[in-house]
Amino acid sequence: MSLQRREFLGLGVAAGTAAFLAACGVPGGSSGSGATGPLRALFMKQAGYSESDINAMIGAFKAAYPKVPVEATFVAYEALHDKIVTSAAAGKFDVVLIDGQWLTEFATKKMIIDVTSRFKPDWKTTMLPVEEIVRYQDRDYAMPWVVGGKLFYYNKKLLADNGVAETDMKTWDGVLGAARTLKKKGAVKFPFVWSWAQAECVIVDYGSLLAAFGGRWQDDQGKFVFNTGGGVTALEWMKSTIDEGLTDPSSLKYIEDDVKRVLLQGQAAMVLNWDYVASAAKDPQQSKVVGDIVVTTSPIGPSGAGPACTGSSNLAITTGCERVDDAWNFVTFLASPAQQEAHPDNITPIWADSYSKASVLGDNPELAKAHGEQLKSVTDRPKVNNYNAISQVIQQQIQAALYGQQSPQAALDTAVEKANELATA
Amino acid sequence: MTRRRTGYYVLMYAIGAVLLAAVFGPILWLVISSLSTQAELLSVPTHFVPDHPTLARYQEIFTGAQSSVGGALRAAMVNSLVVATATVVISGVAAVFGAYAFARVRFRGKTPVLLLFLGTYMMPPLALVIPLYLIMANLGLLDTRTGLVLVNCTFTTPFLLWLLSNYFAALPVELEDAAQIDGLSRLGALFRIVLPIARPGLVTAAIMAFLASWDEFFYALIFTDSPAAKTVPVALSEFVGKYASLDFGLMAAGGVVALVPPVVFAVILQRQIMSGLAAGAVK
Amino acid sequence: MTGLVRQPTSAGTRAAPVPAGRPLRRAREGRYALALLTPALVVVFGIILYPLGRTLVLSFLDADSVVEAAYGFVGVRNYADLVTDPAFWQTVGRTAVFTVFSTGIELVVGVLLAQFLNQRIPGQWLFRTAVIVVWAVPTIVNANMWRWILNPNYGALNGLLLRLGLIDHYQDWIGGPGRALYVVAVVDAWKTIPLVAILLLAGMQTIPADIYEAAAIDGAGALRRFRHMTLPLLKPVIAVVIVLRTIEAFKVFDIIYIMTRGGPASGTTTIAFYAYLQAFSNQRFGLGSAIAFLTALFILALSLVYLRALRQTGSGR
Repeated sequence: MSLQRREFLGLGVAAGTAAFLAACGVPGGSSGSGATGPLRALFMKQAGYSESDINAMIGAFKAAYPKVPVEATFVAYEALHDKIVTSAAAGKFDVVLIDGQWLTEFATKKMIIDVTSRFKPDWKTTMLPVEEIVRYQDRDYAMPWVVGGKLFYYNKKLLADNGVAETDMKTWDGVLGAARTLKKKGAVKFPFVWSWAQAECVIVDYGSLLAAFGGRWQDDQGKFVFNTGGGVTALEWMKSTIDEGLTDPSSLKYIEDDVKRVLLQGQAAMVLNWDYVASAAKDPQQSKVVGDIVVTTSPIGPSGAGPACTGSSNLAITTGCERVDDAWNFVTFLASPAQQEAHPDNITPIWADSYSKASVLGDNPELAKAHGEQLKSVTDRPKVNNYNAISQVIQQQIQAALYGQQSPQAALDTAVEKANELATA
Repeated sequence: MTRRRTGYYVLMYAIGAVLLAAVFGPILWLVISSLSTQAELLSVPTHFVPDHPTLARYQEIFTGAQSSVGGALRAAMVNSLVVATATVVISGVAAVFGAYAFARVRFRGKTPVLLLFLGTYMMPPLALVIPLYLIMANLGLLDTRTGLVLVNCTFTTPFLLWLLSNYFAALPVELEDAAQIDGLSRLGALFRIVLPIARPGLVTAAIMAFLASWDEFFYALIFTDSPAAKTVPVALSEFVGKYASLDFGLMAAGGVVALVPPVVFAVILQRQIMSGLAAGAVK
Repeated sequence: MTGLVRQPTSAGTRAAPVPAGRPLRRAREGRYALALLTPALVVVFGIILYPLGRTLVLSFLDADSVVEAAYGFVGVRNYADLVTDPAFWQTVGRTAVFTVFSTGIELVVGVLLAQFLNQRIPGQWLFRTAVIVVWAVPTIVNANMWRWILNPNYGALNGLLLRLGLIDHYQDWIGGPGRALYVVAVVDAWKTIPLVAILLLAGMQTIPADIYEAAAIDGAGALRRFRHMTLPLLKPVIAVVIVLRTIEAFKVFDIIYIMTRGGPASGTTTIAFYAYLQAFSNQRFGLGSAIAFLTALFILALSLVYLRALRQTGSGR
């Protein structure tokens, strides 16, 4: 009878499906498009090379290698890390853009491949000394692409109109004094704006100040010690600028992009930000203060140095990639001197010779100069296991201090304790 | 009929006005923002009526290139539509059969099974997402619409089953009995008699499942990456404009485009929705 | 008999319960029922119970990568780490605060709104449509919209209040770690109050009008009628709504992801977001699974309460 047939059918489907699903136990199998089909790459929007720059580079790659089509996906930076994680199991992407800070995590979890053998020996001299950024335990895991430290930007018109000398911008003390003057004269409501949201950006800012004030992230044994000396002074300094009304309180919710916008709307006088702000400042579509913004190296602190916290986006190849040679071709093409020099507006190349070329210095000689200078004085964020979790804890504690929930010392003590636990977990 | 004083009407319409302002105010502002230029959006104090309204953002959304923000949103709308429809169909079929069993068939263990379904409906996606993610990866269903349909069924099926079983149970049995006397099989009675009568309830159930699937964000966030499967909520969360991570106007335009289908749908079918929700609470 | 599934409406019933029907046709048909239920059961077992079981298993493993095949067994270490971590309890606390506050607002405003929607005045259709419109707005659109309205530098709320002279400078409405949670709860409530109102309205509509008229004749004013008649009669529906909304509030994720990403100072990191961070941001899948499983247990307990409340609605008073 039709009834029984349906019944059997139903039970059969049920049994089959259940068995099928039960058979899927462990992860590891992937069904990416593999050796055929386009090369799939994941990039980020809004920072570093612009989407149109990257698409132009891909276009050039297609012209040079017509047999290797490329499919690019762009996500916001805030979503990039988690996207790489969630797509790893399925082997969704062949090439991914990774923040240098994630290198340790992805390398230890075997999500990206070791490319040490593919590094050309002459790069040791032709490339700026940035290889360190993609190294973990003496192996290289990515191709450096966008490397820099946060630079210092100031609005020279606001300074000039209020009798502040540009030489004050050389030290944090001078900068602080300038801010007080601007505030007193009512030139701008909040002279400072920072990217102190509860995200990686606050770690970068804190890292710069930590080093400038003579602090350290870790001691020689690798234990975290930023709750002593310069580490505490830096956080106290940050808090005091809020208390004095020199820092826009909204900074606690801002990422670098917001800082760029505020500066370019003429609502702040001095900021720390990445190199791409320099050309944006000259673009009338984005900036109300064209011609007023100066880019220079990070101010010098009590330690006698003004290191910039480095940030980098690098190109890595995933372990799921089934056409590593093509992927490596793509990666080195994008990072090649030719391509980097073709798009110098926002980003400074990683190649030493590029800086002598007029096309690179072109529109933005100050940027190139500042960038080159700054690379001589940089500070890194910790390279440890579980960095993401540790960073989250430190972010939360720094914010707790800046919101006045805890004293800077107490906040950093908690952070150090948790960080040491997580590092050895 | 008690006579009402004017004061009563004044109060009622005052409340009504507040309600309308609270409802339509924010949405109206969203529309206005989508029509304002970036310069006006960033002006202080706020320009409530734009001096230079522009349709540029809608142009970008509807005619932008495949790889642009507009193209991504359009692809996402298609994905959302496909996923929601398939979810409703699949979980609807499963739920109709199951609901009929609960409503009309006497069997042992009815209560525990009902509890099982209700319990699974309550499960937070959080509790299922990690293994689901690993399973989907194994089956190659990550970033596919099929995969998304499957995971959406995890919350629509129990919900529909429960809603429909209440509904079927409330229908008079006499008609079915009469049909069976006339020789129809049980399933025949289900299809020929019950379903036609139950159409209002089915419509309500379908709408609720559709809207729930359209609105779903968490699973879509984890399970989709590319325009091949990304749904509207995820696409919206990734709206990053050309110059700034927060091009408010573009975000507003995207929001307006995304809310039109569900809102129109809901308004047209509001009577069914209200009675369906009522059935859920009061039975 | 249709038993558990069919409950008569609350006080003031209209339809009489359906008679049990001819026993012959209703003979036990276990296998038949099984066949009918099979598709639904496949879904439940295949993609709900089985993953739930695996979540439990994962919570006992040291699962810290998506690409590795073999995870080490660590027993209850993930649970122990969780329970001894003050951050976890802070998250639980925040979730509780969010839940109570959110459900509270929804109920209070929902009841009042339902009462308003129950009035027979011309143009009521407009108000009910307005409520439906809000309910249909997708969660993400809602979150983005309010994020824009509450923007500290350019937001419409600031603009409006400034123009009305109620503030003299723009403010950050979302506020610091303490306040943000409440603000997010209010934004969430904006979208969910319609649902609560409609459910309560349905409940109110089953209350026959004549008992109000009788009370009015006896001299009870509108407020008294509301407090001493409407509210008590609505109690079963309110109970259902409380449990339902509590369960939903516990799951909240979307709005936090969009509006605050868990900040500031983790002030809006509720349990679902916390688990997401552990599992996907920190790749600690074992820990994430432990959190998820604990949450699931808690919600299961709440659902049992819900069922009891539902049965009480049914069994009449």
